[in-house]
Amino acid sequence: MSRNDPAADYDGPPDYRVIGRHALFPQTSHDEIERINFLAQMNRHLAANVVPGVKQAYEKRVVPAFEAAEGRPIANRHEAREALLADPAFQTWSAMRRMTMEQRQQAGRWTALRQSEQLAEKARELTEGDDRLKLDPALQQPRYVSAVDHHCMPGSYHTEYFPGDVTNGANYDHAGFVTTSGLLGKYSDGGGHAVARWVKRNLPDFQPRQILEIGGTVGHSSLPLAQAFPEAEMTIVDLGAPVLRYGLGRAKSLGVDNVRFVQASGEDLSIFPDASFDWIQTTMFLHELSTGSLRRIMAETRRLLKPGGIVLHVEQPQYAPEMPLFEQAMRDWDAYYNNEPFWSRMHEMDLDAEMIAAGFERDQLIHGGVTAVVDRDLFPDAADDDKEDYGRKAAWHVIGATV
Amino acid sequence: MSIADALRGAGAKPAGKRPYFLDAEVERVLAITMSIAQELAVSRQRTDTLERLLLEKGVLSQGEIDAFVPDRAAATERALWNQEYIARILRIVQQENEAVGRPDDIASEDVAVEVGAES
Repeated sequence: MSRNDPAADYDGPPDYRVIGRHALFPQTSHDEIERINFLAQMNRHLAANVVPGVKQAYEKRVVPAFEAAEGRPIANRHEAREALLADPAFQTWSAMRRMTMEQRQQAGRWTALRQSEQLAEKARELTEGDDRLKLDPALQQPRYVSAVDHHCMPGSYHTEYFPGDVTNGANYDHAGFVTTSGLLGKYSDGGGHAVARWVKRNLPDFQPRQILEIGGTVGHSSLPLAQAFPEAEMTIVDLGAPVLRYGLGRAKSLGVDNVRFVQASGEDLSIFPDASFDWIQTTMFLHELSTGSLRRIMAETRRLLKPGGIVLHVEQPQYAPEMPLFEQAMRDWDAYYNNEPFWSRMHEMDLDAEMIAAGFERDQLIHGGVTAVVDRDLFPDAADDDKEDYGRKAAWHVIGATV
Repeated sequence: MSIADALRGAGAKPAGKRPYFLDAEVERVLAITMSIAQELAVSRQRTDTLERLLLEKGVLSQGEIDAFVPDRAAATERALWNQEYIARILRIVQQENEAVGRPDDIASEDVAVEVGAES
C-alpha cells in the first residue's frame, strides 16, 4: 500500500485508448470506448473479487452439502459443477459472467455494424486484386462451428451480412480486449509474441521458410511469427471469410507483408502438397473443434510438415489429476455456459496420445509453457498476475512435436 | 445498413440456447440492471471527460466542482430533481403500496366480463 496513492496501487486493465489501431480498426466513440472499459473492469472484478467468494462457497457449503447427501466426496469435475449450480454464489457469478459476455458482444457488434459498409469499403481498397487473399465461397462450415456460436459471438467467424463484409472480423478484433482485460496487449497479439519468443529461445537454430497457422482468424497470433521471421512466408488458414478479409487488410496496414490468408478447413488442407511447411502453429484453437476434426487436423499437420519441421499447439492447461476439482469445474464453465462445447472434452484428452496417433514419435514430442508478451509500460503482464480467471488468463501450455 | 438493422444486429442472440442460473425473472431483471450499470458508467466517464477538458481549457479550476455550493434556488431545483427522479424509478413501490389501501380493487379483466355481460 503506497500512502493512499490510487495510481501507485492500481491493478487492472489499462484504458482502452492504449489499444493499437490500424486502417481496418473500427472508429470508436467516447461512449463506445467507455462501454469496453466498463466491461473489462467487470471481468476483472468478477475474477479478482467475486471468484474468491465462489471458491469459499464451494469449500464451506457445496462440498459439505454434497458429502452429507451422498456419503462420499465429489468424484469428478462434472459432479463439482452440478453441485455448484445449486449454490447462490456460483449462480450469481455465472449470471454476471454470462451477461458481461453478452454485453461485450452487443457493444462490439454495434460499433462494427454501424460502420460495416465503410469498413467493407476499406477492406476492398486494401485487398482487391491481392492474391494473398484466397476465399472459397463453396466451403461448408462444419458442425463444430455452426451448431452454437463460439463465446456467444453471433454469426461466429464466418457469417457475412453482405458481399465483402468484415463485420465479424472487426467485432472480434476490436472488443476482444474485454475478455482478457488487456492481457493480450496492444494488438491482441501477446500470444503470438510469446510463441515467437519461445521458439527463438528453445530452437535458436530454427530458420523456418514456410509457416502455417490453422484457425488464425484475423492474424492476432500469426503476425508476430511473420514479424519474428521476416524471411519466411506465413500462411493463415481459417473457415471464415470475414476474418480473413479483415486479416489481410489489417496485416498490410500494419506493414506485415509476408503473409497470405486462405479460406479452408484445417481438416482438409489438400490445397497444400505434402511437406509444405517448416512450422505449423495453432493458438487457442484446439478447444473450438471436435474429437474427429482434432484428429484429422493433427493428421494434416503431420502430412504437411517438412522433415526437421515443428508443430506447436498453444492451449490452456489440460485437466490433470493434480488439478483441484474446483478449478476443473470452473474451467469447464466456458464449455457449458459460454458456447465452447468442445472445451471440456478437449482438456481431458491425452494430447500426447493424439499426437502419436497422428503419426508423431513419442520421443519427438515438445512440451512447454508461455505467458503473453506485452508492452509492459501500458499493459499488465500475465506472468506477474496471481489472479486466476479459469480459462481466460493469458498463460498457456505448449504441446508440439518435431519430425 | 440502417440504424435499426444495426441495433437489432448488435443485440442478436448467438446460436445456442441460453443457460439461466437464477430464476428467469430475477436473471432478466439483473441483466437489464447490469446494462444500466454499464450505461451509468459510460455517463459518469463522459462527465469526467467534460470536466477534464474544461479544466484544461481553463473554464474550470481544480477543485471547483468539489467546492461547488449551489445557491438557494439552484439547491432547491437540484433537490426537486432528485425527488422527481426517485419517484419515477420507484413508481411500482408507490403503486403496490396504494393497492394495500384498496382491498376492493378489481381487475380490468374482471370488469370486462362484468361490463360485457348481456344483462
